[in-house]
Amino acid sequence: QTELLDLSTVDVILISNYHCMMALPYITEYTGFTGTVYATEPTVQIGRLLMEELVNSIERVPKAQSASMWKNKEVQRLLPAPLKDAVEVSMWRKCYTMPEVNAALSKIQLVGYSQKIELFGAVQVTPLSSGYALGSSNWIIQSHYEKVSYVSGSSLLTTHPQPMDQASLKNSDVLILTGLTQIPTANPDGMVGEFCSNLAMTVRNGGNVLVPCYPSGVIYDLLECLYQYIDSAGLSNVPFYFISPVANSSLEFSQIFAEWLCHNKQTKVYLPEPPFPHAELIQTNKLKHYPSIHGDFSNDFKQPCVVFTGHPSLRFGDVVHFMELWGKSSLNTVIFTEPDFSYLDALAPYQPLAMKCVYCPIDTRLNFIQVSKLLKEVQPLHVVCPEQYTQPPPTQSHRTDLMVDCQPPAMSYRRAEVLTLPYKRRYEKIEIMPDLADSLVPLEIKPGISLATVSAVLHTKDNKHVLQLPPKPPQPPASKKRKRVSDDVPECKALKPLLSGSIPVDQFVQTLEKHGFSDVKVEDTAKGHIVLLQEAETLIQLEEDSTHIICDNDEPLRVKLRDLVLKFLQKF
Amino acid sequence: MTRECAALLPGVCAALADPRQPGLDDTCLEKLLDWFRSLTWFDPTVELVQDNPCLTELISSVLALPEPSPSILSFTLQLAGILAASENRFQHLQQEKLLERLFGRAGPRGRAVWEDASVRSAWVRGVHSMVHHQPALHFLCSEGGMDVIFALQGDPSLFVASAASQLLVHILTFSVESEASKALSTKDCEWPECAQMIKKHVEDSLQSGSASRVEQSLKLLTSLFGSCCAAWTEVLWSDIAKQIESFLVEETVQAQHMLANLLLNVARSPVFCDTEGSFWALVTSALEHLTPVQACPLAVGLLKLCKCPQDVRIQALTVLLQPMDCILRAASQPLEYAGLLDESVSDPVTVESLLSSKTSCAGLLCQTLAHLEKLLSLKHLRVDLPYMSLLRSLMTILQFCNGLLSPASPLGSTISRNLINCFRVQKSALDVLAALSEKKGCDTLIGSLFDVLLAYLESPNTSPTVLKKAFQATSKWLVCLQELSCSNSQCQQTEKILEDVFAVLQKRLCSPCWEVRDSSLEFLTAMIKCLRDQDGFRQCLLSSEVPRLTENLLEDPESYVRASAVTAVGHLAFVTYFAPESPVAGNQYNKENMVAKLQEILSTDSEGFPRRAVISIFTKWLREGCAGQLEDAEQFVSRVIQTVEHDLDWEVRLGGLELVEVFCSQTICQLGLSECPYAPVSSAVPSSIPQNQLLRPFCRAKLFGFLFRSLCDCDKPVGQRACDILIGLRGNFYPMSTLENPREIEDSPAGRGIAWLQRTLRQGSLAQNFPTDGANGVDFQDPESMMVALGAIDLLELHDELNKSSDHVEESPQSLLQDILATMGTIEENEVDCY
Repeated sequence: QTELLDLSTVDVILISNYHCMMALPYITEYTGFTGTVYATEPTVQIGRLLMEELVNSIERVPKAQSASMWKNKEVQRLLPAPLKDAVEVSMWRKCYTMPEVNAALSKIQLVGYSQKIELFGAVQVTPLSSGYALGSSNWIIQSHYEKVSYVSGSSLLTTHPQPMDQASLKNSDVLILTGLTQIPTANPDGMVGEFCSNLAMTVRNGGNVLVPCYPSGVIYDLLECLYQYIDSAGLSNVPFYFISPVANSSLEFSQIFAEWLCHNKQTKVYLPEPPFPHAELIQTNKLKHYPSIHGDFSNDFKQPCVVFTGHPSLRFGDVVHFMELWGKSSLNTVIFTEPDFSYLDALAPYQPLAMKCVYCPIDTRLNFIQVSKLLKEVQPLHVVCPEQYTQPPPTQSHRTDLMVDCQPPAMSYRRAEVLTLPYKRRYEKIEIMPDLADSLVPLEIKPGISLATVSAVLHTKDNKHVLQLPPKPPQPPASKKRKRVSDDVPECKALKPLLSGSIPVDQFVQTLEKHGFSDVKVEDTAKGHIVLLQEAETLIQLEEDSTHIICDNDEPLRVKLRDLVLKFLQKF
Repeated sequence: MTRECAALLPGVCAALADPRQPGLDDTCLEKLLDWFRSLTWFDPTVELVQDNPCLTELISSVLALPEPSPSILSFTLQLAGILAASENRFQHLQQEKLLERLFGRAGPRGRAVWEDASVRSAWVRGVHSMVHHQPALHFLCSEGGMDVIFALQGDPSLFVASAASQLLVHILTFSVESEASKALSTKDCEWPECAQMIKKHVEDSLQSGSASRVEQSLKLLTSLFGSCCAAWTEVLWSDIAKQIESFLVEETVQAQHMLANLLLNVARSPVFCDTEGSFWALVTSALEHLTPVQACPLAVGLLKLCKCPQDVRIQALTVLLQPMDCILRAASQPLEYAGLLDESVSDPVTVESLLSSKTSCAGLLCQTLAHLEKLLSLKHLRVDLPYMSLLRSLMTILQFCNGLLSPASPLGSTISRNLINCFRVQKSALDVLAALSEKKGCDTLIGSLFDVLLAYLESPNTSPTVLKKAFQATSKWLVCLQELSCSNSQCQQTEKILEDVFAVLQKRLCSPCWEVRDSSLEFLTAMIKCLRDQDGFRQCLLSSEVPRLTENLLEDPESYVRASAVTAVGHLAFVTYFAPESPVAGNQYNKENMVAKLQEILSTDSEGFPRRAVISIFTKWLREGCAGQLEDAEQFVSRVIQTVEHDLDWEVRLGGLELVEVFCSQTICQLGLSECPYAPVSSAVPSSIPQNQLLRPFCRAKLFGFLFRSLCDCDKPVGQRACDILIGLRGNFYPMSTLENPREIEDSPAGRGIAWLQRTLRQGSLAQNFPTDGANGVDFQDPESMMVALGAIDLLELHDELNKSSDHVEESPQSLLQDILATMGTIEENEVDCY
């Protein structure tokens, strides 16, 4: 949906993890976007792999013609579900190409965790580890006095990436909470167990296992888990195949991003050992990887086996071949691990299927219990989250535990809703130049509080504010030539001192009497006092924040009284 | 006291009284006191103190010390108390004027050492030991001891406070029972002086309005009614009952939490068994007024009582079941189920509020469930539990816990929210569910019950510990299901359930979590044990992948899992290999291979658990007569023994002996000898076999080498078991318990060897290198020699020797005294060194 905002006016895009950058070429290459994109290095590299795999899979089977008649609303209406329910089909685009991918990625500026990035002096942006995937980030967007945390896909589980940085999220005015687990009822540990059990059962019965998956992410953890499990389950002789155009790069990249890994894996690098055990699986020939099913794979292929391949939607990629090949035997099993797709929809075109289907969504992102712990720990003043998170899932309306529960209640938003965040920018930091600071004479008005008046010129550029010494008053022109005074130097007037303090009425009256005013009367008012000098027909109104002397055309008297008043006040 | 001890005692006493000696450690002193207790227990005479004047000297010299150490003073107080327990010795110590200086006004009461809690505790214990006769009681009262004890009830040290309370109970009981000549009435003047003081103190405290004093008195009363059932306690109760009742109704003093225990102890006392009494009205009122958490233990206690009015019992049951009732009502539409309880008798508001709170919900339910489990395990429960509703309520709890139930009421959603993923409650509920399987009347719910159980077994979110409990409950209910399907025509349902169970078991056997694999195997074993005779079960089992997967797990990397797999495979064999009609095709192992595999585990597995499992399975097979199907039983036993006898794990060796025992009893039966050693043997021995050849099968199985060697095993239980077996064998061949004439043995051909064997066995476990067969002329495989050995070796003496605890020498009082002297002695030597 692009109608909400004109993407050419966007200055900055922050990418949280490689799963949420798949549409980047559409933005950078088609909208006139001229801003900067920030992401960590693993995000960019693995994002590139995902895009490459996508482009490769699509381009491998070019379509002779593409049908478009069906996009006509009248025709679409007649199509079976889910096609007839699809929205805005006319906006659907073709997949981007590799040059577009490269162009898009070239616009990304690489950042590291905790690196502070100044955005036009207006705010500072910092990526923090979110623990979800290699290089995945949460973002802190802060000014001098306000802090907004943007929490995207995050995980508190101990998997391969660096653990989530929670401490830096503290003291946020607003915490925007997104990217929670898609399957809150499925605990990842249980699902991994389920995955292994089903895999072992199938293979022991002589069947094959197909795992539709992305080429990076959970697959690393699954391989690690299997590494520990296969010997105990007696599966040492079963080959594991990983088929993807980017399989090799994915397995190798994972080993070189040491600084982005969890502590255990980082320490392995210093031994030196490969951080992930899939290296050993490859070495011992238990795990083999191929760019596609053509070529070497067809020579090496042995059954029963376990195949990891994409795409998890089952609509393109090599997984389609395996579905066709194995779908008819009930010995085989397809195990879905990616939570992003409905497995029933994915399987629909392949029905009737004899092969067993197991749904073990492994989603390591935060669940609602973890969210409530996180919020207790971080204590943001306000939480903002999508509307779906503030109510139980529609299919399980009794599960009131499956929603964000915090105090004050989270502000929610819907798709395409514009939200005003609940804070106001009230203060700015201003820098005082040293020479100006030097000229200040602070006066202590209370213990610990000193005041000084500043007269200066305020320079504002790139959202940075600087106070400089005012220009010297222009010298009287030496010649009679009139010089034009430069426009940007404002004229300076002589400074009047500022007054502070309050006037103690009793003492003031005594002073007046000392100075010869004999008929002083004091009246209390709501806001202070009125001192009446009856003979002189003069009123002195003393209030908290003002003093007025009202007398008729007797300037000397007024000046005299003014001076008496000033005696009681501090000047600076 | 032995002469040796009497000789050592003066030295010990002198050393103990010597202030230059550092204190002995407390265990030594405690042991010494225990010894004195045992010496004085049956001997009230004065001789002990007269013959050993060092004892009184010890007491007086400790009293003479300007600043005795707390530990020696405590010791002295307790020693004096023990000695003064008999009237004679009390008089003797009185003559020596020691007791006033210990327990009287002149004692440590006012001094600085009194600050030490161990001294106060010792004083109380000393008095407790002493007050067993009238003079001691009078002495205590005349020396103002009672006030000290009253004060110590509130001592900052809980040990002292509790001991003081116990002491008061003892004094009260003793005073009434020794001094009161007739039945007591509520009139104070009829009570003995001491008892009167305590009674008044208790009554005053209860009325004092001070929470701590009320609590002290309630504690005292609780232990009094817990320990004394005499008639006079009823009189005491009638004096305080009003006050106790006021604690229930008024909330001026927070004493409710103490009342449940007190009331329970009173209720247990036979004095109050009259069901008409006002006491039971008070109990009913307590059940109403105490909070559910406080009332629950009272209710359970009442339900266990034999004599309790039925209406109180029902009230107690109501209190106990209220949380379960509340769950049931919260989950269902109004009027859908009748609930567990009649609403008129229950006030659900408190329970509802407890269940609505996140912090108290799980605690209350776990407490209730634990009590229910205990009640269900009782043989005779005097009240009918509504099993059906209870089961429905349990199922509801379990469904709340895994989020599968959408509650119909707001209360239900709150409870559901509190319970989701609560493992504690899941475990407790599954325990009760398992216990409930033995009760009748839940048949109609069995289908939906299995839906709940299967949901737990199947869910990947079930934690391993909860899964284990779910397996246990399932195996118990499967038995019910089988019984049901026999009687009704519910076969199809049963078949479907069994299929589902095996499908999930198959998956769980492949789990990456070893705890899950382990409990799955245990579940399989449990199922086979109960259901192996059922055709339906056998068919379902054999048509599943479970047998093959189980055999695979014999190679599991985790030793516990291998052990469970061995047990499961062993039981599986009853259904497969040993079953009369079982051509099991497609299995990894055939009968012989499987035995070979288990043998291999027994001889090579690096962990003890799998090896122990193998030996116990072998024993089970032999016991059930299956081993004979494999091969010759003698050969089988002989091979197993040879593997086991060098095992480093003593439990495996012990298991080997169990196998031998089974083999022996079976062989003796086959020989036609009676198994009973007391039966007349001569008639039973078949005349065809010569007496000296009867041992031939035992020798062929190479039993004797193993048995005699085990007698010298460095682990005692092994030696004891071997000895028992040999004694049993001997009983079958030598009806008379007399030993063979030694001269005759020496003259026999095997004589020299047997004599050597006797000598070796006398060394016991010191004979570490028990020589292998034949080395010293003992031929363990020669039936004749072995017959002689059985007759000649004094196995009964050996048995006694083995049954003595290994520290029987060190435990003797003599050794204790020597130790004390030695400890002190070294110090003297060191002192000399210093100079």
